[in-house]
Amino acid sequence: MYPTPIAKTSPAWQISYQALLPVALVLWLLPLIGVAIFSLKPAADFAQGNYWGWPSTFSGIQNYTLVFTGSDMPRYLMNSVLITVPTVIGAVALSCMTGFALGVYHFRGNLLIFFMFVAGNFVPFQILMVPVRDLTLAMGLYDTKTGLVLFHIAFQTGFCTLFMRNFIRALPRPLIEAARVEGVSEIRIFAFIILPLMKPAIAALSVLIFTFIWNDYFWAIVLTQGADSQPVTAGITSFNAQYRAAYHLMSAGSLVAALPPVVMFFAMQRHFIAGLTLGAVK
Amino acid sequence: MTSSFWRRNQQRLAPALFLAPGILFFAFYVIFPILQSFRISFYKWDGLSPAEPVGMQNYSQLFEDPAFYTSLGNNVIWLFLYLLAIPAGLAIALFLNQTVTGIRIYKSLFFFPFVVSQVVVGLVFTWFYDPTFGLLNTVLEAVGLDPVNILGDPSKVTYGIIAAGLWPQTAYCMILYLTGLNAVDPEQVEAGRLDGAKGLKMLWHVILPQLRPATFICFVVTIIGALRSFDLISIMTQGGPFGTSRVLAFYMFEVALSEYGFRMGYGAAIAVVLFSIMMVYIAGFLWKMYRDEKGA
Repeated sequence: MYPTPIAKTSPAWQISYQALLPVALVLWLLPLIGVAIFSLKPAADFAQGNYWGWPSTFSGIQNYTLVFTGSDMPRYLMNSVLITVPTVIGAVALSCMTGFALGVYHFRGNLLIFFMFVAGNFVPFQILMVPVRDLTLAMGLYDTKTGLVLFHIAFQTGFCTLFMRNFIRALPRPLIEAARVEGVSEIRIFAFIILPLMKPAIAALSVLIFTFIWNDYFWAIVLTQGADSQPVTAGITSFNAQYRAAYHLMSAGSLVAALPPVVMFFAMQRHFIAGLTLGAVK
Repeated sequence: MTSSFWRRNQQRLAPALFLAPGILFFAFYVIFPILQSFRISFYKWDGLSPAEPVGMQNYSQLFEDPAFYTSLGNNVIWLFLYLLAIPAGLAIALFLNQTVTGIRIYKSLFFFPFVVSQVVVGLVFTWFYDPTFGLLNTVLEAVGLDPVNILGDPSKVTYGIIAAGLWPQTAYCMILYLTGLNAVDPEQVEAGRLDGAKGLKMLWHVILPQLRPATFICFVVTIIGALRSFDLISIMTQGGPFGTSRVLAFYMFEVALSEYGFRMGYGAAIAVVLFSIMMVYIAGFLWKMYRDEKGA
């Protein structure tokens, strides 16, 4: 193990390391801790210039209640859910199939198609912006959640295919050969042999795509406007315009907007990290 | 009859069948729009009235546009400074790669900034930098230094935004390195210790070579992230003050969907330039993948 395990070092360093850990963490998260403190303060503290002192009264509950009752925040959050969940399902479903096709079969153009997905996943959004906005308008889906979902599914399929194909490649091949000898059809091989083995990959991709899509801002402002369809990342700017200079509310709103992927991460940590490494670092 | 045809040819037909939905979606929303953007870049178009072909005019205008050069210059700064996330991530990973009680919670909490949306990171840092009440200036004041208005100063603003971006990006690299460190071969480390390798020497000669896959992914995601930077600029400064914090991704958006009228053709030309820069890295990545495939 590198660096040297702490248990094998001098007692002095062992104690300093234990002391250093929380200090480093607080410094690292300082900007976020600041916002968390803001969100617990009453409005009066800001008016009196008490920015960083102890809250004069604990107003966390009022602030967070107001976020949910005094604005469109619940609608934005709901929109985010209604955009994110279908995207995850769609992109994972499509890429299970593309990954299977590219990972199992040998045919001409296999690598070419695979590289098309990989390259597409890395292109700058701006090269897609004008035509995708135009397409969405032409289909009558501008400013709808459906329009956003369809685009997200298509774009995320690139990354998901990269991941799924590499995952399927690493599965034991004799499994498939044996099934073929038994006369099992290709579709049944996919559904009953490969798909069950892909559960960890599906879990990893789901949490990862959930986070990506929940946190998307660019496409939200390009393809939607207003509380009917905008997700919370875009909604937070309207929220902040509504409560301009009300820092306690803007802080609370931001934390609420940021929370769902954080919860997802802590709940599914192992899968999340497996996904992040693009399946390449094991 | 049809079923026996399927039975005989299913191994050749199945891949096409499985690929079709994914490819159709992807071609419709990604591949086809890329080609279209290239085409639009030769037109003058406000998104409503018919597009008017103008040849290379958008590009020649681009090369005389000072805002384009500001954006391009900032992209270069982003690209280089963003790479700091890699050594910083490695440093934190080495710091946290221990087995004391509670270390897992620490690792997760250090990773935290990456999971938070860039919009929130942008807001958090805007308040952090705020000249009147921001935590940064509160601290500077406490130690007797003059307050700085980072986001209002054309010479500092880009660096301020990059610092905000480095926060989640460092967390990302950290987690990649932590995963990589897990897989480091303990026998090689022991052998290195017997040979008297310690500290940085060990890191350089024994550990880093084994971390190469992690380093490679760090480079890929950091470079792509740097060139994609949009959210932070949009949230923190809207490209200001006086357009000094623009990058190509933001400038393109600004031009194409500007409140003073849409200039889709000009925007598409900027996007094509950004795409071409990105393509250099994408081609490099594909080339490495291709070699790995052939080697495997």
